[in-house]
Amino acid sequence: MHIPDGFVSNEIAVATFVVSAGAVTLALRQAKRTLEERQVPLLGVTAAFIFAAQMLNFPVAGGTSGHFMGAMLAALLVGPLPAILIMALVLLIQCLVFADGGITALGANIFNMGVVGAGGGYLIFRALQMALPKNRAGFMAAAGIAAWISIELAASACALELAFSGTVPLDKALPAMALVHALIGIGEALITTAVLGVVLAARRDLIPSRLLPREATP
Amino acid sequence: MSKWGWLLLGGLILAIGLATLLSPFASPWPDGLEKVAEKLGFIDRAEEAKPLVPAPIPDYAVPGVRRQALATALAGLIGTLLVFGSGYLLARWSASGKTKPGPAPPP
Repeated sequence: MHIPDGFVSNEIAVATFVVSAGAVTLALRQAKRTLEERQVPLLGVTAAFIFAAQMLNFPVAGGTSGHFMGAMLAALLVGPLPAILIMALVLLIQCLVFADGGITALGANIFNMGVVGAGGGYLIFRALQMALPKNRAGFMAAAGIAAWISIELAASACALELAFSGTVPLDKALPAMALVHALIGIGEALITTAVLGVVLAARRDLIPSRLLPREATP
Repeated sequence: MSKWGWLLLGGLILAIGLATLLSPFASPWPDGLEKVAEKLGFIDRAEEAKPLVPAPIPDYAVPGVRRQALATALAGLIGTLLVFGSGYLLARWSASGKTKPGPAPPP
């Protein structure tokens, strides 16, 4: 759902850029304070995987495709603020090198997929975790549902930006975006839980311990 | 190399594999936002807008490469390495210059 040039107004472009730049600055500061040497390769690999997976559009309905976003996965692997950094980096390279997402819409895209997708998705995940059983199934369910919701949140944020830009009325944009991304979100949930399953099986310590189910290590 | 290192190397190889071997088979259909823009009639706005800076590899196809699948695979390879490299350097810069707060992590 990368917004191209021409979809958002100058006002929305500037406003989302300012918020996204603030979030990225905050994330950089936190990383500078807390990021450990051993997390360095994980950040690079997570970013590379998200870039690669975002190239792989899958068909969701007649004549429509979708692709993995990865914000929820990144938030669970490296934490929500580093996940915003990863999303911003992927989006910056996609926009500058591959013309995927407009330069004027970069702030909006980082806002939707980084701030809202990773930040919002993470909060939803934490809330779900409180409600769901504290075991592996509960963890996976929380991750999958939060991944689906992260797509809906990002798509809704995009619809709001289009509406505030005067591009399309909200009562048309919001249901259309929410509906098609409800399907794409299923793919997001499947990929997110599949990758988490592999990571949990191979290296449980990749995931911050406070997020993990309480039962004994498998 | 540690088990940790092998897993990360595996992740990077998987990313490169997806971006080169699988990307030529990605669905060419418009994505969710493009489809909505077509249906609600504002897709023209994107086509009319000129990019501020021309991108070197527009639309994930290396220019000048005749075979579409190869152009896409090369774009995927370049992009994945570029994202990995810049992500790694950004993280390295962030992690640098820290006095270790607790016991050192196992090697």
